[in-house]
Amino acid sequence: MKATGVVNYVRFLRRSLHVATDGGWVFYAWMFVLSAIALVGANAWAVQVRDGMIRTNMTDHVSWGLYIANFTFCVGLAAGGVMMVVPAYLYHDREMHDVVIIGEILAIAAIIMSTLSVVVDLGRPDRFWHLIPGIGKFNWPISMLTWDIIVLNGYLLINLHVVGYLLYTRYQGRTPNPKWYVPFVFLSIMWAISIHTVTAFLYCGLGGRPFWNTALLAPRFLASAFVSGPAFILLVMRVVRVGSDLPMQPGPARLLVQIIRVAAVVNLLMLASELFTLFYTGGAHLASARYLFFGDHGKYGLVAWIWSAIAMNLIGTALFFTPAALRRSTTRVVACVLCVVGIWIEKGMGLIIPGFIPSTLHEIVEYAPSLTEWKVTAGIWALGLLLLTAMLKVAVSVFTNRMSESESAPDSSSRAT
Amino acid sequence: MSESKTFSLPVIGEVNRRTAIKAGAATLGLAAWAVAIKPWFEWTGELDTSDFLQKHYRELAPEELQVILNRLTDEARKETGKPVVVKDHKPIPGVSFAYALNLSICIGCRRCVEACHVENNHDRPSHQSYIRVFEMDKGGINFEKGDATYDHPVPAKDKYYMPVQCQQCENPPCVSACPIEATWQESDGIVVVDYNWCIGCRYCEAACPYHARRFNWSKPEVPPAEVNPNQSYLSNRIRPQGVIEKCTFCLHRTREGKLPACLEACPTGARVFGNVLDPDSEIRWVLDNKRVFVLKEELGTKPRFYYFFDK
Repeated sequence: MKATGVVNYVRFLRRSLHVATDGGWVFYAWMFVLSAIALVGANAWAVQVRDGMIRTNMTDHVSWGLYIANFTFCVGLAAGGVMMVVPAYLYHDREMHDVVIIGEILAIAAIIMSTLSVVVDLGRPDRFWHLIPGIGKFNWPISMLTWDIIVLNGYLLINLHVVGYLLYTRYQGRTPNPKWYVPFVFLSIMWAISIHTVTAFLYCGLGGRPFWNTALLAPRFLASAFVSGPAFILLVMRVVRVGSDLPMQPGPARLLVQIIRVAAVVNLLMLASELFTLFYTGGAHLASARYLFFGDHGKYGLVAWIWSAIAMNLIGTALFFTPAALRRSTTRVVACVLCVVGIWIEKGMGLIIPGFIPSTLHEIVEYAPSLTEWKVTAGIWALGLLLLTAMLKVAVSVFTNRMSESESAPDSSSRAT
Repeated sequence: MSESKTFSLPVIGEVNRRTAIKAGAATLGLAAWAVAIKPWFEWTGELDTSDFLQKHYRELAPEELQVILNRLTDEARKETGKPVVVKDHKPIPGVSFAYALNLSICIGCRRCVEACHVENNHDRPSHQSYIRVFEMDKGGINFEKGDATYDHPVPAKDKYYMPVQCQQCENPPCVSACPIEATWQESDGIVVVDYNWCIGCRYCEAACPYHARRFNWSKPEVPPAEVNPNQSYLSNRIRPQGVIEKCTFCLHRTREGKLPACLEACPTGARVFGNVLDPDSEIRWVLDNKRVFVLKEELGTKPRFYYFFDK
């Protein structure tokens, strides 16, 4: 009996692999481009490991850069998926329940992207095993980084379990047993909050970095994640709707727009509150913000970044408040893109980098990512999108009953996702 | 679509065209992947198995540590052709080190910076050193008005000079930050790094309020003729690529009863170093008789590096 279970499961995995790599020309072109970018990134990373982090533009003054910036954003993206889970499971929104798997799949891809962003930031990735509890030396509970490792991996496992379980039972034509996934879904809700909170604690727990050392950091991270996450999901849902025959009701997207409206305003309000405190008080705490927004001592490296982020977030938020955003419209797509890009900049070049400029001894050393850093980061995104596409393909095939245990012949969904 | 068309291939037998193309693409993909990550294998780093599996410094039995010291010594001799000895200096019981710096007589000549650079086998191209000297405006201790890149005869009018290095905090934020205990405080107060354990995440560098930590962005380059052969595992041996390093109060000297290199190089005698538990030490006299202060006292890091003005 057990043996057949294993055999069936292996068959499920094999068929998933088949479905995930099968599609039309658009699909193949998309996967080819992503693979190519991922390869360029892998090569850039390999060169960086060989030659040292000198390949990046980081310095002892700005010792974290694009990688950690992207890490922070991706954690938010993973946490943002929870905004589908809450209405689906806490408020029993039926239509949302039908598509909630998209949010959970995005969480998996985003967590993998954030983990990779940290791995490429390590000077000695060959010593990765030092981080494994039991084998290495895990400085828990003292180091916030160990907490982050726990919550990120935990969140990945929870989502892998929920997604895997739901897809497999659906594939088998069984009704999923709530005992096996509902507790994990509720756990994932709390866990989603924790991943972005702990990630904020990484930064705001450092007394020597006044720009980060604010109690508002974790709430701000969450608010912005509840904009960028749902906005990214809206874009994914659009692609799935256009590229597949999975039935999509307009309700869930509309609800996500409502959530974004609230979260975006809260995010901007907290940003305003932060800026008031900094600029009205003045003094040493202001140094980073002054450099970020207006430049300092003739150095203006981040000014263009932050103002474009502010403009994108303001315009994106305004667009979300138009009636057109509640419909399937170009306005909605533009608003999503603006908010995703705006928050990517705000969380990265607008938050991680200025924490280091000026340095703890008030030296202003500027930073702009090197070509290697851009390549590696693009590679991580390509790999993330590749995984996202593959998982969505499987989910669509299972949910449209095109891939199920009862009919054994491997088939292919002919339309590109 | 052309799923129905099949090929007959040796070994595999009947396959449809799509599967054949997929298999071909997968093969090409794997080949491309192998080419892409090739630089990994060109890495000439210390990647032999014993290095890869080396335990944490504090978990090594004395004989295990000796094997590693011997290996490091051999490697360094081979690379430099000099009679390098990599020792392990343990903290001396009953010793607690502290440093004091007299800002009234420091002239900002940066000889301490240079002495540190040479003593600790720092990377030559980047002019690395654990000490940064700030030229400060008289009338306050305001680093916002400080300048660490001054380039003119010293001392300049209406300026004073503030050398900053690791403060060897009693409550070090860098040690708390490290996820893998690669850095810790020893019984004599010195905060050290196991260069063979550090993974190079640089969280400690972000956590330090004094800009005291340095990262090896590439393999440090020191011309063999200039290598300081008196080395120690936790201090000035030539560091591997991709790990953090920091000032160790020259533990390879001070734990042998000598003074730090930066102190010996100081032409004005602005630097005072010693064991605070020794009632007759000069450092004790300074702490008892001068109005000393520490940097960023409000952060609660409790530095054991003190500053004072004499007049």
